[in-house]
Amino acid sequence: MLQSFGKYLLFLQSLFIRKESTKILFGRTIDEAILIGINSIFIVAIVSTFIGAVTCVQVAYNLDNAFIPRSTIGFMVREMTILELAPTITSIVLAGKVGSSIAGGLGTMQITEQVDALEVMGINSASYLVLPKVVAAIMVFPMLVILSMFLSILGGYLAGTISGELTPQEYITGIRDGFIPYNITFALIKSVVFAFLISSISSFRGYNTRGGALEVGAASTSAVTSSVIAILIGDFVLAYVLL
Amino acid sequence: MIEIHNIHKTFGDKKVLDGVSGVFETGKTNLLLGASGTGKSVLLKCIVGLIKPDLGSVTFDGTYFTNNKLDIRQEIRRKIGMLFQGSALFDSMTVEQNVEFPLKMLTDMNKDERMERVNFCLKRVGLEGANKKMPSEISGGMKKRVGIARAIAPNCTYLFCDEPNSGLDPQTALKIDELIKEITEEYNITTIIVTHDMNSVIEIGDKIFFLYEGKKLWEGTRDEIMDTDIKELNDFIFANRLMRDAKKVEEEEREEEEERLHHQPAAQENNMAPPADTPNEPQPQNPEGPAATTQTGQNQV
Repeated sequence: MLQSFGKYLLFLQSLFIRKESTKILFGRTIDEAILIGINSIFIVAIVSTFIGAVTCVQVAYNLDNAFIPRSTIGFMVREMTILELAPTITSIVLAGKVGSSIAGGLGTMQITEQVDALEVMGINSASYLVLPKVVAAIMVFPMLVILSMFLSILGGYLAGTISGELTPQEYITGIRDGFIPYNITFALIKSVVFAFLISSISSFRGYNTRGGALEVGAASTSAVTSSVIAILIGDFVLAYVLL
Repeated sequence: MIEIHNIHKTFGDKKVLDGVSGVFETGKTNLLLGASGTGKSVLLKCIVGLIKPDLGSVTFDGTYFTNNKLDIRQEIRRKIGMLFQGSALFDSMTVEQNVEFPLKMLTDMNKDERMERVNFCLKRVGLEGANKKMPSEISGGMKKRVGIARAIAPNCTYLFCDEPNSGLDPQTALKIDELIKEITEEYNITTIIVTHDMNSVIEIGDKIFFLYEGKKLWEGTRDEIMDTDIKELNDFIFANRLMRDAKKVEEEEREEEEERLHHQPAAQENNMAPPADTPNEPQPQNPEGPAATTQTGQNQV
């Protein structure tokens, strides 16, 4: 465990020695951002909308006290979405989608000697392959989290109003009530940290794949498992430190 | 010229290379010969710097490589072209992009100059017109050719080939061997090839290094290899010859079988055809000649 963590730190260090030119890395980062971002919009949209909808219905089910205003449902959907569901659940979903893709891609490159081919040319394969993924994830994850927040709140609105649990006016009142802008900053900080954890851990697992197709599958699985655990630990630490 | 001196490498308890030394000459195809598991590929990777040897040194044209400063190693590596066992083409790039890649990364050429060089290299390996194909769309032999084109694109001084003809049929393997030999002589580069194929030795081996259990047991030319009295080398040649003969017999049997199967339906058709002495049914007269349409549709255009 400790040895793996040490190797992970050395791997991160290797990303920043003998880097390729900024022009090349910029081009690769944009390509990776498109791959990570555009390809994830659909799954993030679906998951976020339904999470918002389910949160609204379940909160409404639990709030049956006549003394509590119905606008509290909107308030709770907003708080849960911004503080926890949008950044954390989106990151866990992306750990499955992006993390396994990164680990599988790098693992396949490793076992088919494509990484060696880069090294023989005198290119720092870790920096060339991994650094753009990490930077792209850090750029794109906050955008996906903002999209997720918006769609979750929209999902809650649709579910609440269509099911007749509360009126549109009550929901909007709840959404606007006692808003703390820092919570958005906190969510975005979380998304950046999670982006770094997912992309770097998955790259580390993929890059260190040895063997054959079986090991590539194992690396993908291990990348997702490790990323999810890291997200949960990171979530707790950030909440403890920043709130 | 590449010189290696006293290379040692151990993985865990297993000693893979045990003090291998040698000189690989420029303009010649140098072969690292040996059975599987004798450390040939590990030695090749130690020479190009993919694996760090435990002990020993590698020198490229007088410049010390192993454990030298990073920028000097990088400078030498940029003169290296390597053909990998599985070709190691980048899956996400077309043939053209694969060959262009080292030019883009290692040179200051503009797009037009790069494309000119890419087309030249692809033509040199006999792959003109395959520019836009993806690696998954081409055959094993073509992949090897693209690998060679990618290796020579940045005007490499040293060419390394790890089992260049593995997984290829004998004819394609021979063509790849010949291509490597031609390129070596044409550009006067130092080529090192890892192989266990005696055909390669006979066809292109200018200098051969025989490895056995991590040690260099013999070195010499292809003319000298048959006269050696080293038991392990003779056993290897004998085993290789037996395998080649077995393959040849197998191939002949397969060809015979294919020929038999090919003739069988024709014979069956002949059996079903009316005997020669049976009078044919009278054919209807066709005023438009034999090329015109018949009722059976056989001559339909």
